[in-house]
Amino acid sequence: MTALTINNLSRHFGGLQAVSNVSFTVEVGERRLMIGPNGAGKTTLFNMLAGALPVSAGRVVLFGRDITLLPAYARARMGIARTFQITNLFPRLTVRDNLVLALLAAENAVRSRHRPVSANHSLMHHATRLLDKWDLSAIAGKDAKDIAYGQQRQIDLVLALAAQPKILLLDEPTAGLSAAEVVRVVGMIRSLPRDITILMIEHDMDVAFELADRVSVLHQGHLIAEGDVEAIRNHPRVREIYLGVDDE
Amino acid sequence: MMIFALFAMSLDLLIGYTGMPSLGHTAYFGISAYTTALLALRLNLNAWLALPAGLVLAALTASLFGLLALRTRGSYFLMITLALSQVVWGIAFGWRSLTGGDDGLPDVPRPALGLHLPWSLADSTPFYYFTLLLVAVATFLLVGIVTSPFGYALRGIRESETRMLALGYNVWRYKLTAFVLAALFAGLAGSLYAYYNRFVSPDYLNVARSAEVLLMVILGGAGTLIGPAVGAVLIVFLENVISAYTERWLLALGVIYVVVSLFAPSGLIGLLRHIRSRRATP
Amino acid sequence: MNFWLIQTLNGISFGMLLFLLAAGLSLIFGLMKVLNLTHGSFYLLGGYVGLTILHLSGSFVLAVLVGSLAIAAIGVIMERFFLRRLHLQELPQALLTFGFLFIFSDLATVIWGTNPQTIPKPAIFSGALQFDGFFYPSYRLFIIVLGLIIAGALWWLQDGTRLGAMLRASVDDEEIARALGINVSLLFTLVFGFGAFLAALGGVMGGPIVGVYPGADFDVMLLGFVVVIIGGLGRITLGSSCR
Repeated sequence: MTALTINNLSRHFGGLQAVSNVSFTVEVGERRLMIGPNGAGKTTLFNMLAGALPVSAGRVVLFGRDITLLPAYARARMGIARTFQITNLFPRLTVRDNLVLALLAAENAVRSRHRPVSANHSLMHHATRLLDKWDLSAIAGKDAKDIAYGQQRQIDLVLALAAQPKILLLDEPTAGLSAAEVVRVVGMIRSLPRDITILMIEHDMDVAFELADRVSVLHQGHLIAEGDVEAIRNHPRVREIYLGVDDE
Repeated sequence: MMIFALFAMSLDLLIGYTGMPSLGHTAYFGISAYTTALLALRLNLNAWLALPAGLVLAALTASLFGLLALRTRGSYFLMITLALSQVVWGIAFGWRSLTGGDDGLPDVPRPALGLHLPWSLADSTPFYYFTLLLVAVATFLLVGIVTSPFGYALRGIRESETRMLALGYNVWRYKLTAFVLAALFAGLAGSLYAYYNRFVSPDYLNVARSAEVLLMVILGGAGTLIGPAVGAVLIVFLENVISAYTERWLLALGVIYVVVSLFAPSGLIGLLRHIRSRRATP
Repeated sequence: MNFWLIQTLNGISFGMLLFLLAAGLSLIFGLMKVLNLTHGSFYLLGGYVGLTILHLSGSFVLAVLVGSLAIAAIGVIMERFFLRRLHLQELPQALLTFGFLFIFSDLATVIWGTNPQTIPKPAIFSGALQFDGFFYPSYRLFIIVLGLIIAGALWWLQDGTRLGAMLRASVDDEEIARALGINVSLLFTLVFGFGAFLAALGGVMGGPIVGVYPGADFDVMLLGFVVVIIGGLGRITLGSSCR
């Protein structure tokens, strides 16, 4: 079953064509990796999928529904969750409060603005359980700006997962992490259930090929190759582009 | 004093909690004050009607202004809110037949409740308790708002709008609601002030007053509710004290602004927290 | 017909003053993202200082020059020692510039008193020009012409020179501009001073037609804001269009 289809998606900024005519389909439960050199248009594409950036042309179809004109928050309610290339947490709120906000959105409890949040026991338990699950309880009370960078990336991910999304957009989740932290995050992603579809941008080839079911390769805004890991590894055009960058 | 504490807290909702720097908050204070004053003075309406009417008008204006101002962020928002509040000032100043212009509206009667009570609100003490009651209720409501999921959402918006959008919050709607709510409480403060002062004039809508309430919020500490309340008390106190000694109140205020902005941008409460955390970690 | 022409020209000449103010404001905001609420003070102080210089020296030209430069200096000091510390913090900046607005406003009444005053027009422009039986004060025409010249010079500066290019680059992306070796801090100080200069110039030039009085700072500033908002920020030329 198809989770996501994009048709002829394009985006230009003035004279600069950031994304040109990209089309692909992602199946439910698939782990699709998007790779490509810097400036290839990957994050721009992501932003269009998440609704953070309007498209210049083309369509985005999610679970059969055309969401091209839908604003970002509406897409989130449809089941899209994303992480950010530059960690985007709520810096002066505690880690727990960060999660609480994510959970509140999912619970739709915000309509009842009468009950104090701290009195909402089921919500607070939920937050605690989530932190326990990912072994992050130790930092629950700290402000998000005060925790280590690696932990911030993890919380970024947990925030996206809190709402139990159907499709996850991960933008370079391992960026800037130490080797040990990369292993941790990859483990987190690996352990996600197969009813979640994952679309992930990655610069680290090892990580990309380890996690991927299929890979889409972007270069200068164009989709130049798509296939399973082996096919992409041996693709002449891909090797050509990555010559010198390939870290195998 | 309480009235200004309320006023400052209402602005804190916008500035401290939602992160929207508004310089036009006096507009709602003023609109409500004028409405209540006019209704009480010209139409002899009792407090049950005049007060809420002020609130309604303040809320309506806020909705309108909000629609305009919310297209902008940061410094642009600051400018537009300031400009809009000056439009209100201009109307108050210029529409003499309605508002009395520069001369204002004198002799506003104390609130008439139409109830047969042993005391009249025209006397100071009962009026004091009346105000205290309303301010207490309003404060209670504000605290409720701030600790509720809605309040949390506002803080999230202040910290990262993009993240809030990505999580599924309709940020624009929250901001507008916060804007109108803040205006409502400011309006309450305004109407109470009209009753307290028994005189309303465009003076309370001018640029200096807009800055003053901002100072109260920042001096006390934005985002804490209690901070701005403290800040308000302090400023009102200072104003009374300094004006007794010198005419150069504006100068003194200006210097206070400069000093606070440079040395205590997170306000007194921020300073207190800083000191406390320094003591906690040896 | 004459009436409308006079009104229009009056509007334009006053508009030129506002333009000077708004241009400075717009530059400062566009480049430094600072909402300079003290800008009105620069206008006011320019007028007052110009008045004093005129009384002391009798020379209008000197009044204009000294007035504008003195205020520019004040602007530079204010930026360098105070404003700079609050980079990108909108609320403290608002508070600071408000503070200075009040300080200057009050100081002005202490130094120059509370009575409204006017700066007498320079002798050459104190008459009226005549076209076909239609009289118009030549001073106002002078202002219009001067305004146009300055607008032209600013436009040329922005689009035609290297300084202008650096300015535009810094407005677009401060970090990259710094990385390219553009001394952004110096640019900020210069721009702020220049903005103050323009405002003060407006204050002195406007002295003969609008007068110099307490409260002029607030009045003029609000109008200036309106012009800036309508005209868009950072673009000098647009700002002049609405008047």
